[in-house]
Amino acid sequence: MISIKGLYKQFGQLEVLKGIDLVVEKGKVVVVIGPSGSGKTTMLRCLNVLETPTKGAISIEGQNLDFSNGVPKKQITSFRRLTGMVFQSYNLFPHKTALQNVMEGPIIVKGESKEAARKKARALLEKVGLGDKVDYYPAQLSGGQQQRVGIARALAMEPEVMLFDEPTSALDPELVGEVLKVMKDLAQEGMTMIVVTHEMRFAREAADEVIFMDGGVIVERNKPEEIFTNPREERTKKFLNMIQ
Amino acid sequence: MVPTKKSLRNGLVKMYLNSIFPDPERADRLIEIAKTSLQPLLEGAVMNTIPLTIISFIIGIILAVLTALARISQVKIFQVIARVYVSAIRGTPLLVQLFIIFYGLPNLGVTLDPFISAVIGFSLSVGAYASEIIRAAIISIPKGQWEAGYSIGMTYTQALKRIILPQATRVSIPPLSNTFISLVKDTSLASLVLVTEMFRRAQEIASTNYEFLLVYSEAAFVYWVLCFFLSLLQGFMEKRLDRYMS
Ligand SMILES: Nc1ncnc2c1ncn2[C@@H]1O[C@H](COP(=O)(O)OP(=O)(O)O)[C@@H](O)[C@H]1O
Ligand SMILES: [Mg+2]
Repeated sequence: MISIKGLYKQFGQLEVLKGIDLVVEKGKVVVVIGPSGSGKTTMLRCLNVLETPTKGAISIEGQNLDFSNGVPKKQITSFRRLTGMVFQSYNLFPHKTALQNVMEGPIIVKGESKEAARKKARALLEKVGLGDKVDYYPAQLSGGQQQRVGIARALAMEPEVMLFDEPTSALDPELVGEVLKVMKDLAQEGMTMIVVTHEMRFAREAADEVIFMDGGVIVERNKPEEIFTNPREERTKKFLNMIQ
Repeated sequence: MVPTKKSLRNGLVKMYLNSIFPDPERADRLIEIAKTSLQPLLEGAVMNTIPLTIISFIIGIILAVLTALARISQVKIFQVIARVYVSAIRGTPLLVQLFIIFYGLPNLGVTLDPFISAVIGFSLSVGAYASEIIRAAIISIPKGQWEAGYSIGMTYTQALKRIILPQATRVSIPPLSNTFISLVKDTSLASLVLVTEMFRRAQEIASTNYEFLLVYSEAAFVYWVLCFFLSLLQGFMEKRLDRYMS
């Protein structure tokens, strides 16, 4: 279970998250939608502690981080291992092959043996449909392939929850499907996922719940069919009209 | 007598020299001097110029990495020390630095061998200039690379070592090759702190035969050949890196 309580984030004078409360049960898939600048990325980055929240608390599978008092670096690093992050711009390591990208975390962070890490990495790349591309460098892969390596890299750390920040928005339309398919498979296997995306089909088919964010707060949350056909809030209605 | 290739070439050289120096004996003498000075010049290059360059460059690069890391660290005092070091070295002439080390330090009771003094001077110099190159290279690596490292649980040191520095190294190789080539030429300054590197050998030879133009030009030519091969090597390395990166 993931629980976010009273999460605030401020950049200088700009208050970006204004009290986020959210509970995601284990194995659930939550899709986050909302206009640009509403704080979706910032919320994910706070969960991954790439940003330090101004105040609030996060807990993942019983591990707690309370930001109201200072949090030591060590604790942040170990907490971060509970979450796997998939970036909009993939952020693969360009000097490493697909296989090395996936092996890096298990070897360096978890201290696994090279053979064990290689075996696991191969299996993960196989799983995301890149079994024949293990020795390719990122620059030799298409965007969709790179993003799938990114997913495999995050999975290799065996996180409790996977965070996706618009994983397909940098992709050419014909490459979106292959990434979404991998994500749907993951969802079906019971991975807990928080996905920022505007792929409505993915939300309808894979999400247990859709959250609409605006202005740094959660405006509305509901089952996908409910929120898309029958939004309660005026702001949600407006936004859905704009993107459809 | 059938002219061999070699005698023909010597004949041509002689004709050319004769056209500049009408006195044929002087032309002979110049050829003789050019031949006999080549060996001590190369000796100076092999025994001192090249080792001085390589040793100073290696120590300098280690200093440069440490300085660059100090510059980007969160610790204020490291930043300040690094800044002062770089600013002092870049703001003063290399020759003056060498004089302080070799002729100045004995006043404090520290007397150093000429070669050691030169190594210290050149290392400090490379350390300062190269640290700026390395720092710029580190900064040029996108923030997303740090974050990707952190996101799989790496610490700052792990991300730096495994993700950032390997990429920064690739970015810095072309400008660092330029630093290396400059260093080859700068080592001629060591002649002024009594290191018998190539240029000091040239000075010694010229002071006995007074053929300054010839001997210094010959030394210049050897530097040129050295740097020419280094720049070929540089071009080759850059091509390989390009293949890897793009
Ligand atoms: N590091 C930062 N420094 C300052 N402002 C930021 C930073 N990151 C995000 N912001 C601001 O926070 C707001 C929310 O950004 P973001 O979380 O990226 O929104 P979204 O992902 O919903 O588009 C934006 O106004 C953005 O400019
Ligand atoms: Mg965003």
